[in-house]
Formats: sequence, structure tokens, C-alpha cells
Amino acid sequence: MIRITRKYRFSASHRLHAAALADEQNRELYGKCDNPYGHGHNYEIAVSARGPLDPRSGRILDPALLDRLVEAHVLRPFDHRNLNEEIPEFRNSVPTTENLAAEIFRRLETHWKSAFPGNGPSLEKVSIAETPRNIFEVWQIHGQA
Amino acid sequence: MLITKRVEFSASHVCRSPLLSDRENQELFGAAANPYGHGHNYAVEVTVEGNPDPVTGMVMDLKKLKDVIHREVVEVYDHRFLNHEVPPFDHIVPTAENIAIDVWQRLDLHLSKDGSRLHAVRIFETPDLYVDYFGGAA
Repeated sequence: MIRITRKYRFSASHRLHAAALADEQNRELYGKCDNPYGHGHNYEIAVSARGPLDPRSGRILDPALLDRLVEAHVLRPFDHRNLNEEIPEFRNSVPTTENLAAEIFRRLETHWKSAFPGNGPSLEKVSIAETPRNIFEVWQIHGQA
Repeated sequence: MLITKRVEFSASHVCRSPLLSDRENQELFGAAANPYGHGHNYAVEVTVEGNPDPVTGMVMDLKKLKDVIHREVVEVYDHRFLNHEVPPFDHIVPTAENIAIDVWQRLDLHLSKDGSRLHAVRIFETPDLYVDYFGGAA
């Protein structure tokens, strides 16, 4: 098995606050992350694709095509944005990095086949570092893709 | 249990396939097809799987692991033009993917013995681009 991983960065702000919980409970649960004015991070995401190796090029994929996909569906919509206010999916769900990782995975999965048609590479994993110390991973479950 | 050793080397390469025309190579590989070559600071992470020895408490002697990687990979690759100086890249395109497979083949015999097994080879072409190879069909 062979896999390629490419890293990208974007900066965004968010507030962790669950609508279903009382203010007091939110403060207890999310602490400083519940600050109503929001706060920001430099997110680093790593997108991994699983082979086959293309015998013609000796590569799993053309990194320029992956760049274009990530640029169009992740970096452009998310970079220098307020995730709660500007990303529709976070109007009703909390932009924790778990939910953010799942949303990025979903967006890439949705557009994957138009970037890489046929029996080419498959999306294997999205990992996000919210800070260098907090890292979240979403993996493709093979056989269900 | 997995243990990983990291080493670095610097080398130049050209990404062009002899099976393709100049134009096709240019389209496929872009700037990497420049026939004069260009270079990277590569990093190699070698992961070995095994159980800690009950006496030594080690999966594998890290000094031995380092020596094998230096002898079989760093001394072969470091400060070389891969296409011209490191077979099989005289006839295989030295992409990070193919380097990962070649490094695996150079190390597997030396590391998959005495109860341990080569688990993965990770090749960083840049800090933002890496390939993992786990053996078998790629």
C-alpha cells in the first residue's frame, strides 16, 4: 500500500458554543473557547490519498490537481473567515476541530471523483492541527467508500 | 510496537519518463521536468515493528537501525543526481513514490529479521509533501 500526504494551512476564527446548552454549561464545557467574540487559529491540514501508483508517471496523483481541489473547496471558503458566521454547516453545529475535520473530509469526498476520475487515488485521511498540540484525524473506512 | 528512525539526505532529480514525449512530460510534471534537474532536502522515516526484547527492552538496537539506514540509503542517495547516479532511477522516474519503494527494497532484507519487521517507509520530499509505503503492491 502506498499513500501520499500534502499539507496546507489556513487561518480562521471560531467560537465553541452549543445552542442546546445553557450559557453556564457552555462556559463550563468550552472554557475560553466560548468567548462570545470568538478567537482564531492557524490551522494546518494534511490530506492523504491512497494509491494505486500510476505506472506512467510513477506517482499516485498530480499534486497540482490536489492543490486545486483543496484550494477551491477548503482554503478559499475557510481562510480568513469566521467559521460560525460564514460557513453554513456551522450555523447549526459547533465548529470544534472534530466537526471541522469531518466537514473538510466531506467536501473533499464530494468533489474527489471530478478531480480524480476512474480507478485513480482515493481519499484516505484528513488530519487537522488546530494548534501544534491538538491534532484530529478522519479516516476513510475502506469497503464502505 | 512501532519504532521510527529519521534521517535526511539532499539530492537532485528530474521527473521525466522516457516513455513520454517532451510535451507530455512537461504537462505531467511541470517544473519538475526541467532536464537540468533540481534538488530537495529529503527526510526518510523508517518504521520497524516488533516486540521489545525481554532482556534488552528494545524492539531493535537504534544504533544498528541507524547504521543500516546510513549504509543502505544515505550513503547511496546523499548529494547525488538520482537519475544519473542511483539505479534504478536511470530507467524509473525518481518521484517520492518510487523513492519510497526503492528505499523499502534496500532496507527490507536487513530489517525484517530477528523478530522485527519493516513496517513503513516515509519519504518527505518537502516538509509539506510526503509518501508512505507499507510494502506489497503499490
